[in-house]
Amino acid sequence: MTMLRNIHIPAVVVLMGSIVAMAAASGCASHGSVHSPTRPASAETALRAAGFIQRWLILEPIGANGLTDSAVQAAVRKDYFPNQLTVVPHDGDKVTVGGTELTWHAVDTNEYNVNLYYFAYGLGKPTSNVLFWAVTVVDCPSEMSGVRLAIGSNAASVWWVNGKEVIGIYGDRQTVIDDGVSKRLTLEKGPNIVRCAIVNGGGATDFCARFLDGEDKPLKGLPVSVGDEYR
Amino acid sequence: MNSIFHARLLHFAMSIVVMMGFVVFLASPAFALDGQVQIHDPSTIVQCNGKFHTYGTGGSSLVSEDGWTWRRGVRPARAGMAPDVIHLGDRYFQYIGSNPGGQPHGAINLIWTRSLDPNSPDYKWEDGGVIASSDGIEFCNAIDPGAFLDPTDGKLWLVYGSYFGYIRLVHLDPQTGKRINPNDKLVDIAINCEAAIMIYRDGWYYLLATHGSCCRGADSGYNIRVGHARKVSGPFLDHTGLDMLQGGGKLFLGSGGRVIGPGHFGLLDLGDGVQKFSCHYEADLDRGGASVMDIRPLLWKDGWPVAGENFREGTYEIESVRTGTALELAVEGVPVGGRRSRRPPGAAPGGPGAGGGPGEMFAGQGGVIPPQDVAQVSTNWPAGNIDIRMANYMCQAQQKWTVTPVANAGGYPGSPYVRITIAGTDRTLAVGEDGELVALPAFTGGHEQLWRLDQLADGAWRIMPKFASTARESLVLSAVGSSFATLAKFDPAGDKQRWLFKTP
Repeated sequence: MTMLRNIHIPAVVVLMGSIVAMAAASGCASHGSVHSPTRPASAETALRAAGFIQRWLILEPIGANGLTDSAVQAAVRKDYFPNQLTVVPHDGDKVTVGGTELTWHAVDTNEYNVNLYYFAYGLGKPTSNVLFWAVTVVDCPSEMSGVRLAIGSNAASVWWVNGKEVIGIYGDRQTVIDDGVSKRLTLEKGPNIVRCAIVNGGGATDFCARFLDGEDKPLKGLPVSVGDEYR
Repeated sequence: MNSIFHARLLHFAMSIVVMMGFVVFLASPAFALDGQVQIHDPSTIVQCNGKFHTYGTGGSSLVSEDGWTWRRGVRPARAGMAPDVIHLGDRYFQYIGSNPGGQPHGAINLIWTRSLDPNSPDYKWEDGGVIASSDGIEFCNAIDPGAFLDPTDGKLWLVYGSYFGYIRLVHLDPQTGKRINPNDKLVDIAINCEAAIMIYRDGWYYLLATHGSCCRGADSGYNIRVGHARKVSGPFLDHTGLDMLQGGGKLFLGSGGRVIGPGHFGLLDLGDGVQKFSCHYEADLDRGGASVMDIRPLLWKDGWPVAGENFREGTYEIESVRTGTALELAVEGVPVGGRRSRRPPGAAPGGPGAGGGPGEMFAGQGGVIPPQDVAQVSTNWPAGNIDIRMANYMCQAQQKWTVTPVANAGGYPGSPYVRITIAGTDRTLAVGEDGELVALPAFTGGHEQLWRLDQLADGAWRIMPKFASTARESLVLSAVGSSFATLAKFDPAGDKQRWLFKTP
């Protein structure tokens, strides 16, 4: 997070409020911005030309502090809700964290990234010093080896594929495409669960993710869902 | 470490900061060839059955298995002056100058063989006769041949000449190495220089020739100059537009450091965009002023060849050209000088006093902050293997790498293999069993811990593990993301595998 971002947060909030009001007036979205994630309109989507995963289940934010390696690792290893590293929730599922009920939301994005700031702001939730859990399911027609998960996040994030931790990037950082890249991994035939925890300090927060093949080219065309058919 | 390292290290303390090419180095000694490297007027280096060969004045020759450690080779069938060798088809053509009646009465003879390995049944030098000559009266001295195969049309050319007048160009038959038509008109392309040879790149022909005087040790003014032309026959103009037929020539390499009088350029193209050049110095001050051969990176800038330097031992930030991020251990970094909050306790952001007196937001902490002590910050690092990643360079201990030549580990043209360790520790960059990068707790000498550093045409470096150096597919250090590096096949046209070594 830059110093400028801190200074201009009030202005951004005013602007955001205006956008939310305009969007609500037009009745087009509840989240308030053209950059806001939207509810999925179909059962399944697919990895498009640049390969970014554009459908996710995101849990409303949990309070978290610290962006160092150790702080983020401690944050993601804390027990917040049952089966937090294995569950593929339903849209609308609720969990209780620290006495607060939080809801999982299925979202789509038309951008390369998922804007968590608008996601949380549109829900009236905090955007600073928070942790977002997100899950999606990528379906592979056959086993694919030598693949890498490539992500970017604002700010720190930890990522799992099929339950194995594959990426951790730390510190106060902006989302850069293919910032964190996993070691070579194998995607299984059928559903592959991708999970992440994004920890934000303050200001904007978002993430992007895609898979790269052995030539560092994005995987395209694979079906992506929020997993109802796999439960 | 060989003796020349010890000798050159003595000069380290006296060295000054120098700028070479595009990267700033502390002036630690550049790697120099090992073994028997005394030679004068070395020919272009050619490879035969995996070995490197060069031939010099007086029937001398050098041979090397790896291009780093050299030994005396076998005397060829004909001895003479400043030979040049070119490998075409199944033949090695060697052109050798002589002054049978004293300069400028000269002649260039051809000998050829199908192998340079004296143990091969194909090793037999055949006499090809006189290719060019000067009668002692004409404005040319027919010695110092340089062969050139034009990659655009497959034509073979020979340039020759030494000070007494012109450097001349004649057309040869690539099948026989002989003149296609001995009665062809001779083409003059330069004047008052010697050891001329031609190379080609991107639509330009480059004539590299040696100016100055030779053969007086450290009193030799030898220096290598270059001009370029759109046609093989010239005109070869330097960067100021002066024709080499009128004495022009842009400086390519002069004396410097501990070596005096470079001359006799020879291209060593290793493929994949890695080019080096050979030359000799009239005097290597660390070898008693002897004339020795060197192999150095060949760089290109603004359409002109630039003499690179072999790697220098030292401590560096290793930065990806592609991402601008630096290689580091995957450990939690500690800010230099200790961790600070963004604003002083109790101060309102941007409020009165911010950035004011000592202890305020932008006032620092007073005094000089020393470089980070790796012994202090490494206490929490894992004892075993540590992953490698990349991050913004923040002057932290886990981001500083010491590059050290490894004795008795062999090398490659111009340099020895090196180990790369976190400065002040023995934590060693290596290739793990999964084919990914890892830092081992200690260097044990395995091939997966030895690295080859080749400077590329733009001045960036290619970093290759030794085990991949001889493999069919060149696996090199590659930035696959901003924060992650791996090994991947080398792509000469890309930037993923280009690295800068910056002084921290």
